[in-house]
Amino acid sequence: MSEADAAAGLLWLSLTAYAVLAGADFGGGVWDIFASGPRKRAQRQAVARAMGPVWEANHVWLIFMITGLFTTFPIAFGDLSLALYVPMTVALIGIVLRGAAFAFRAHGREAVGPLSPWGVVFGGSSVVAPFFLGTAAAAVASGAIRITDGRVASGFGAGWSTPFALVMGLLAVALCAYLAAAYLMVETEDDAALQSDFRRRALIASVVSGALALLGLWVAYAQAPRVWADLTGNGLLLLLLALINGPIALWGVWRLRPRLTRIAVAAQVTFVLWAWAVGQWPYLVPPDLTIADAAAPAAVLSAWLVVIAVGMLLVIPSLGVLFGVFKARNPAA
Amino acid sequence: MGTSLGFHIVFAVLGVGVPLLMASAEGIALYRRDQTWMLLARRWSSAFGILFAVGAVSGTVLSFELGLLWPGFMSFSGSIIGLPFSAEGFAFFLEAIFLGLYLYGWDRLRPFQHWLTGLPVAASGAASSIFVVMANSWMNTPTGFKLVDGRLASVDPLSAAFNPSTPTETIHMLVSAYVVTGFVVAAVYAAGMLRGRGDAFHRRGLLLGMAMAAVAIVLAGITGDNSARFTYGAQPAKFAAMEALYATTRGAPLHIGGIPSDSQGRLLYAIEIPYGLSLLAALDPNAEVRGLDSFPADQRPNTVVVHLSFDTMVGLGIGLGLLAALFWFLVWRSRRVPSNRLVLWCLVAAGPAAVITMEAGWFVTEFGRQPWIVYGIIRTTAAATSAPGLGLVFAVFAAIYIALAVTLSRLLLLLARHNRERSEPKP
Repeated sequence: MSEADAAAGLLWLSLTAYAVLAGADFGGGVWDIFASGPRKRAQRQAVARAMGPVWEANHVWLIFMITGLFTTFPIAFGDLSLALYVPMTVALIGIVLRGAAFAFRAHGREAVGPLSPWGVVFGGSSVVAPFFLGTAAAAVASGAIRITDGRVASGFGAGWSTPFALVMGLLAVALCAYLAAAYLMVETEDDAALQSDFRRRALIASVVSGALALLGLWVAYAQAPRVWADLTGNGLLLLLLALINGPIALWGVWRLRPRLTRIAVAAQVTFVLWAWAVGQWPYLVPPDLTIADAAAPAAVLSAWLVVIAVGMLLVIPSLGVLFGVFKARNPAA
Repeated sequence: MGTSLGFHIVFAVLGVGVPLLMASAEGIALYRRDQTWMLLARRWSSAFGILFAVGAVSGTVLSFELGLLWPGFMSFSGSIIGLPFSAEGFAFFLEAIFLGLYLYGWDRLRPFQHWLTGLPVAASGAASSIFVVMANSWMNTPTGFKLVDGRLASVDPLSAAFNPSTPTETIHMLVSAYVVTGFVVAAVYAAGMLRGRGDAFHRRGLLLGMAMAAVAIVLAGITGDNSARFTYGAQPAKFAAMEALYATTRGAPLHIGGIPSDSQGRLLYAIEIPYGLSLLAALDPNAEVRGLDSFPADQRPNTVVVHLSFDTMVGLGIGLGLLAALFWFLVWRSRRVPSNRLVLWCLVAAGPAAVITMEAGWFVTEFGRQPWIVYGIIRTTAAATSAPGLGLVFAVFAAIYIALAVTLSRLLLLLARHNRERSEPKP
């Protein structure tokens, strides 16, 4: 494995971390909009309590990925920025509004309630951001971004406005909601009524995301042959692992095993992302840009890997403390 | 991009400075077992929760915009200056992690533990500012790579990160961040005192803010002087524009104020101090200073903007320094926080003035580098995106920033009032 592959692998790991951690924060926003029933207020508070201490740290995985991408694969970064200009700009607006709205609500006390404009913005932008990130991912995976002679040849609309991308955008939102509901089942272990609210939500998200995933595979087979070939080629084993986790997670929700569900849903998302990565290897932006072609000079890659190693030595124990303090509340459970 | 940067930087500098103030106040509180200092730390922490979030999201916009607006620049220089950005990513990571612990950990951690979580927030805030400015200083003095036929042949990322202007520029920015935070915080409490709230809480908030401001403004003066002298050697076109010097001159005078006129090729209505410029730039009254006319017309920055920004920065900076000196002289003489209304009004004005000073400084360095985005290597126009609809995107982001700024100020005011009503029983 070359240094470029190692760098790409690390970036993919941080994408995975962003998906399973920050994805749940977007999902929290989804459940904020759909808060309903007699415990409406308690549901929103549970979301806010769960997100509060960690969402900013979760968000940094994205920054980390962006800076890492332009350091180690500057050409890919420039090309992707051009080709995905529209979905990324919209997702960015969503990310900005979501973060600001959450902070305004969390720290603004009664001044900015869930029904104020910022409350609505929080939920709305939590849907917009993952949807457009999902369509952008679909554009890359389906090989719609063409690069000839070092220039982006496909247009600004290429790849992210197809039926396949639409399904992937919806799937991204559904998975975020599923992650959030599964995590919230764990967070609400000491409140059975609230937990059953999130259990019902997890069931819905499970069915919706499962249906969208199967629909996505069918659309890929019919309309995005490249994705189909990648997933059933090198990515097949990982794809099967992802598919197996679907029923496991569903069983966990049904039998009210929140901790098992949490792991199974996160594993599902992880395996899907890695099936995609392994499937399209050695391409970074298929079908024209490989990892090796896009990589920065070797000196940069080595220096970056050193910075990452040192940085992770500091960050991982710190993250351990953060999650240890706020997420290990029910050691007996 | 400029709008995003100008917006983000206000939060970025507060993100660097406020944690240090919070940790100081909490440290004093623990050391002296004093509830007033503790109250200060807690109030700042809840306000900072909002500030940091807005700073974080506006910083995210910047990291995306680098690619969305300047794909040409990033394809070329991403690998060269990516390293400090990645390091900044880690610093930001640590800041976010420990801030989560700090903000939400008041009741979950023991007091001393809690104070300890504040320290990495302050340290990584300072580190992020250094890393980010490293990348900017590379744009001013690009090193660490070889070009063969206009293509990147080899890269030495470390020497790019530690390029010639790194030491002067990063330190000047760091101390400026403390200047701005100090004066802004002091202004908040001075305003409170003007409204008749002269309790220990306000007096201490003012004192701590001014302590930071006073130390930092002295350092900012020294590092700023260094920075200007460095520019004289490394970026003569920027230096000439800063001083609005049109003709190359020996024994050049120092110009203060005035309106540069490109059409007449001279500076109108300025105060001149003979030999001043040569003396300041090279410590030699007869040193030669290159003028704008020694550069082709298409390689000159906008003299009007750069010169006026430079004079704004220096003028306001000196004013802030004098104000800090006056404040501490009054404290020293009367052994208490001044309650003179004129002084308090000046302190209130000093908050926004410090922000303007810093923004003017960024105008100098950014407009002074034009027409280059990477000095002497890539022109700004060559690096910009070809995407359509930029005007619309710009308008959307401007609208978002305005909405954020308005909500933020409203919330901070509400938060302050809420705190007051809770802590002060009705008279």
